Amino acid sequence: MLEVEALHTRYGPVHALDGVSLKVEAGHVTAVLGANGAGKTTLLRTISGLVRPTEGRVLLHGKDITRTPIVEIVRSGCAHVPEGRGVITELTVEENLRLGGLHRGKEASPPSEIYELFPQLVERRTQPASRLSGGERQMLSIGRALIARPRVLLLDEPSLGLAPLLVAQLMACIRGLADNLGLAVLLVEQNARSALSVANRGVVLNLGKVVADRSPEELQSDEQLRHAYLGF
Amino acid sequence: MTTFIDYTLNGISNGAIYAAVALALVLIWRATRIVNFAQGAMLMITTYIALAVTNKTGSYVLGFIVALASGLILGALVERLVMRRVEDGPPLNAVIVALGLYTLFVAVAGMIWSDTPRPYPNAFSILGYKVGGTRLLFAPDDLFIVVVVILIAAALAALFRYTSLGLQMRAAAFKPEVARLLGVRVGRMFTYGWALAAMVGAIAGVLVAPSVFVAPNNFDPILITGFVAAVLGGLDSPPGAVIGALIVGLITSYVSGYEGSALEPLAAFVVLMLVLMVKPTGLFSATKERRV
Repeated sequence: MLEVEALHTRYGPVHALDGVSLKVEAGHVTAVLGANGAGKTTLLRTISGLVRPTEGRVLLHGKDITRTPIVEIVRSGCAHVPEGRGVITELTVEENLRLGGLHRGKEASPPSEIYELFPQLVERRTQPASRLSGGERQMLSIGRALIARPRVLLLDEPSLGLAPLLVAQLMACIRGLADNLGLAVLLVEQNARSALSVANRGVVLNLGKVVADRSPEELQSDEQLRHAYLGF
Repeated sequence: MTTFIDYTLNGISNGAIYAAVALALVLIWRATRIVNFAQGAMLMITTYIALAVTNKTGSYVLGFIVALASGLILGALVERLVMRRVEDGPPLNAVIVALGLYTLFVAVAGMIWSDTPRPYPNAFSILGYKVGGTRLLFAPDDLFIVVVVILIAAALAALFRYTSLGLQMRAAAFKPEVARLLGVRVGRMFTYGWALAAMVGAIAGVLVAPSVFVAPNNFDPILITGFVAAVLGGLDSPPGAVIGALIVGLITSYVSGYEGSALEPLAAFVVLMLVLMVKPTGLFSATKERRV
């Protein structure tokens, strides 16, 4: 579904991605873990076209999208939920949702389907998104991505700033998206333990390189790796 | 009492013109975070074009329509060919480029049309309405100005509020990167924003032209007053721009009526200084978002 082959991205002298390869299949969640500055966010930004790699390829449904304009990448079913304040706070909740579906026209989900998934958003529909709590904003960002019925979902630190109970709910919801909708999910997280609890695969990044690409069980049982990169 | 009513009505019709200029500035500021100092020169060019059409055909309406169309085209061209290159740079670059464009347009207009001021026809009579034997300082032409500006403001509000194009333009303006990730063609939205703004500016040009005459530098004062109105309204908010323009229109009208018209520009600057000292974010700027 989504394949990344030997990707290199540089910001001036900084080598943010140094030959990263990975794969996400439909219905699977791949967690990308690692410390701050490991290149996790850069990986997502490179896949969705916000930054361009200097070498390597990104394949979506087997098609090379490495040089494809962002708008086309989005339209071909790859949704990127950016970190933190991706919600447009000046717009209402409903406007944020509608915006996400515009490029799909009639093929987008009706907002009611998203409200079914995240019932807390219904009563906030006409309010500006600036009034939402952190958890509600995260739901809105994800809902806004889902409304376009994507095939691949890139999530950047969705648990950031959420209470532990909310994090657990969110992870269960992400698992559900992969299981029920067959989405390929690339989940970037600092919260390694929660992410691995729902992932099919865990990729550990350090200084732009993949140091491990294994099943969650293997990662969790490797004590050295856990201490060095995952912080638990 | 009648003089007070006269000054008030005059302030409202002046305010309407300032509102159109302020809206043009606000639209561009919202879309691209650039204060378009070339706006005065752009609306001067479109007014010259409208005047040429009106003189040739004898039709005010045709000139008006041509002003709108040439505004749209000029705005889009300026964004695509010039401002696009400085949008991502430091804000000062855009300001300098806008000032450069202003100089360029004024020079070109002087070369083509000379510096001699030309009269521009009024849409309707400028003979004031008669109420109880006295003539008010408010004529059918003033009513036309007020109605046109109300219609523009309403149309803009409807565009931003109820259409998907408006929604995409707002998203592109507020958070360009997020908008891009949601499939919005952000560059195109910026072009539309400039085109729309220049069109609104062109309307202001045609409306004010009969009272200032058409010459390369004759539209500078209304740009300054329009800018004061936009800042007063918060620079970010179209309704704020309209209300700010009404306030500035009334203040300048009272000052020029009671104290003499020489003080009118001064009054505008005093308002600007007061706003910048007391509430630099303007009266109607959006409330800062809560950080969670």
